[in-house]
Amino acid sequence: MNETDLGLWAVPLAMIGGAIRVSTPFLFVSLGECLTERSGRINLGLEGTLVFGAMSGYAVAYESGSAWIGVLAAALAGMLFGFFHGWVCKLPKVNDIAIGIALMLLGMGLAFFFGKPFVQPQAPDLPAISFGWWSDISQVQAALQVNVLFLIGIVLTVAMGWMFRTTRIGLIVRVVGDSTDAARSMGLNPNVVRLLATGAGGALAGVGGAYLSLYYPGSWNEGLSSGQGLMAVALVIFARWSPVNCFWAALLFGGAGALGPALQSVGISSGYYLFYAAPYVLTLGLLIATSSPNRALESAPGELSITK
Amino acid sequence: MTTPSDRSPAVGVETVGLTMRFGSFTALDDVSIRVRPGSFHALLGENGAGKSTLVKCMMGFYHATAGAMMVAGREVDVPDPKAAHALGLGMVYQHFTLVPALTAAENLVISRDDTPGIIDWRKEHAALSEFMERMPFTVPLDQPVSRLAAGEKQKLEILKQLYLGRRFLILDEPTSVLTPAEADEVLGHVRQLTESGALTVLMISHKFREVTAFADDVSVLRRGRYAGGGKVADLSHDDMAAMMVGGQPPARDVDRAGERGAPVLQLSGIRALDRSGLLPIRIDGLTVHSGEIVGIAGVSGNGQMELMEILTGQRPVSDGRIEVAGAPFHATREESQTHRVRCLPEEPLRNACAPRMSVAENLAFRTFDTTPDDGHRFWLDRKAMRRRAAELVAGFQVKTASLDSPIQTLSGGNVQRAVLGRELTGDVDLLLVSNPCFGLDFSAVAAIRSRIVAARNAGAAVLLLSEDLDEILELSDRVLVMSEGSIVHETPAAEADIAVIGQHMAGHA
Repeated sequence: MNETDLGLWAVPLAMIGGAIRVSTPFLFVSLGECLTERSGRINLGLEGTLVFGAMSGYAVAYESGSAWIGVLAAALAGMLFGFFHGWVCKLPKVNDIAIGIALMLLGMGLAFFFGKPFVQPQAPDLPAISFGWWSDISQVQAALQVNVLFLIGIVLTVAMGWMFRTTRIGLIVRVVGDSTDAARSMGLNPNVVRLLATGAGGALAGVGGAYLSLYYPGSWNEGLSSGQGLMAVALVIFARWSPVNCFWAALLFGGAGALGPALQSVGISSGYYLFYAAPYVLTLGLLIATSSPNRALESAPGELSITK
Repeated sequence: MTTPSDRSPAVGVETVGLTMRFGSFTALDDVSIRVRPGSFHALLGENGAGKSTLVKCMMGFYHATAGAMMVAGREVDVPDPKAAHALGLGMVYQHFTLVPALTAAENLVISRDDTPGIIDWRKEHAALSEFMERMPFTVPLDQPVSRLAAGEKQKLEILKQLYLGRRFLILDEPTSVLTPAEADEVLGHVRQLTESGALTVLMISHKFREVTAFADDVSVLRRGRYAGGGKVADLSHDDMAAMMVGGQPPARDVDRAGERGAPVLQLSGIRALDRSGLLPIRIDGLTVHSGEIVGIAGVSGNGQMELMEILTGQRPVSDGRIEVAGAPFHATREESQTHRVRCLPEEPLRNACAPRMSVAENLAFRTFDTTPDDGHRFWLDRKAMRRRAAELVAGFQVKTASLDSPIQTLSGGNVQRAVLGRELTGDVDLLLVSNPCFGLDFSAVAAIRSRIVAARNAGAAVLLLSEDLDEILELSDRVLVMSEGSIVHETPAAEADIAVIGQHMAGHA
């Protein structure tokens, strides 16, 4: 017999489904920022990279007819933004925080400018795998529709965590991020390593943006991003620069972001603006709770400009 | 990866007429030194004598302007550190080149040239434990290096060079962060390695005791020139000091005058946390009287820096009382002015100066907002500031290009002299000093120490924290030892027993 009325169970169910849906861009951007920050550079321009990735992914998917080519294009665009950030930041006396903010504005401006013709047309969506086939209830099935990028994100998380511990490249990134002196005395070139790490981080952020325009919400317009790129920076700090923690933190933020729609779906719509603010309040709260006047940020890469 | 046992024996290095000029400044002038293979060679000299320039030329950081270098009897060209490493030369620096966030094992493995793309940790751990078994000392391999004590980091730096198969090791002031017992242990083991023919060591040091105890030969540099040397067995401490200074070594006796008076500084029941939040600072009672120097000895990292920060108001206390002249003290500017508290923190450029402000401005920090009759001032009197700065620069022999140069352009010794000048002007009732002579040359050290003793003789209470035990023993009236955040030992200086103090410093007695 079909149970169509789940009562209050609908809220956690919607939150799980929403968490998976909303957390995917957080996951990709935070993994990218985690890699960049582990190499000792902070890239605040990921918001602009994300929006430009969304636009370019959507545009290329529309023109080519395939969502995956759109994702690749978004990754490429993100990588170029990352390379630009890394290249400018290695010039002397350049402050990577200022450059990041400038690039954020540049990315958003370019995206809105080039994206004007793509606001109306409909591009193909990314596929999703249904994990809810065992249930007859449509809400369960809808909640357990997991998109492919989320699964790719899980694989990337595990791979990145393994890379930092067990490969030479991962150790080199950690060395460069923790101590420029030690890296130089080992014969490494910190600027090249950081350039490559920032490029890779930008590529991941571009993919995160492509997810927004090609799956959820699934269309391109100027209000697409709600600050995911910037929140990802806070997320990485909260996750203490560990890729696996980034995954859990992204799920947490995604769940917070899904709170509003989940409550709406059971009919609680009064004060829904407050629930939509939940991710931002969570960001603020976590940053305050994890900061301390006496202790330096442990496990922060030593070369990050925010910890110096 | 080569193992120590199947390496060919230690190499000898010789410099022939090495000269290094930076523009018009000659750092090294025709220096010829011979380090025999398998020997323990000490390199003595004041700061600025050219010791670090010489070893940097050897390691390929600098290209010598003239002269040649021979390794294992053959002339070689060392264009960069990689070439030096290929020849088997390695250097252990004074500031560590370890990566703090990585464990010791990760540091060792990544420092190799032939690290595999994907690291098989089981195999690497097995190889590392086998390597450690052959070494005379070990360090924990699985903790992040940031958690290791300075002594363990130093040992790890030496182990890293041996792990990488270096045959000629340059040690730059290796025992400056170690307790006397740790220093003896490390140098003893290094000496064993040289005696067995596995290693040649060139050690830069200024500690005569270690040179006579462990070195075979010594070379002395003065002002870029070779000033003397020979077998350690043939030279006495005074001989070596005379070569370093170029004449009679400065008198080492301290003239004490005046009597101990009333208590000036009293700490009771202090509880605080150190910078990592893990080590509790517990000072149950500490008193400094006027006219006495209380010296606190201890290995770096045991809470001395935190104690100084508590006294200067940089660190909050969770419990306890600080009293100066009977009144509660919170290190505010007003209290410091009323009670005439002055301080000389360690790393003065970082803790007592604004690096980019000028010398004149820095020298005015105590007095810029007061009028001569202790009133308050709103508008700065720049002329008076410059006048006072000029007096201090002349009186304390601060070498600076001009009063307006940023203070960070001065050398370490001159920054210290400038800060000393600022702090010791006028009457001082309580003087807090931390590591005053770190990295300074003989004459600066002698000048600063005599000023501290003069302040004591004039009736100031002096609290001296230092990692140099010789300095503590020379200057203090009472010696305390700080270990793991609390005071563990107290003795009058006349009855001080170095062995007992060393044990307390190491944390076990």
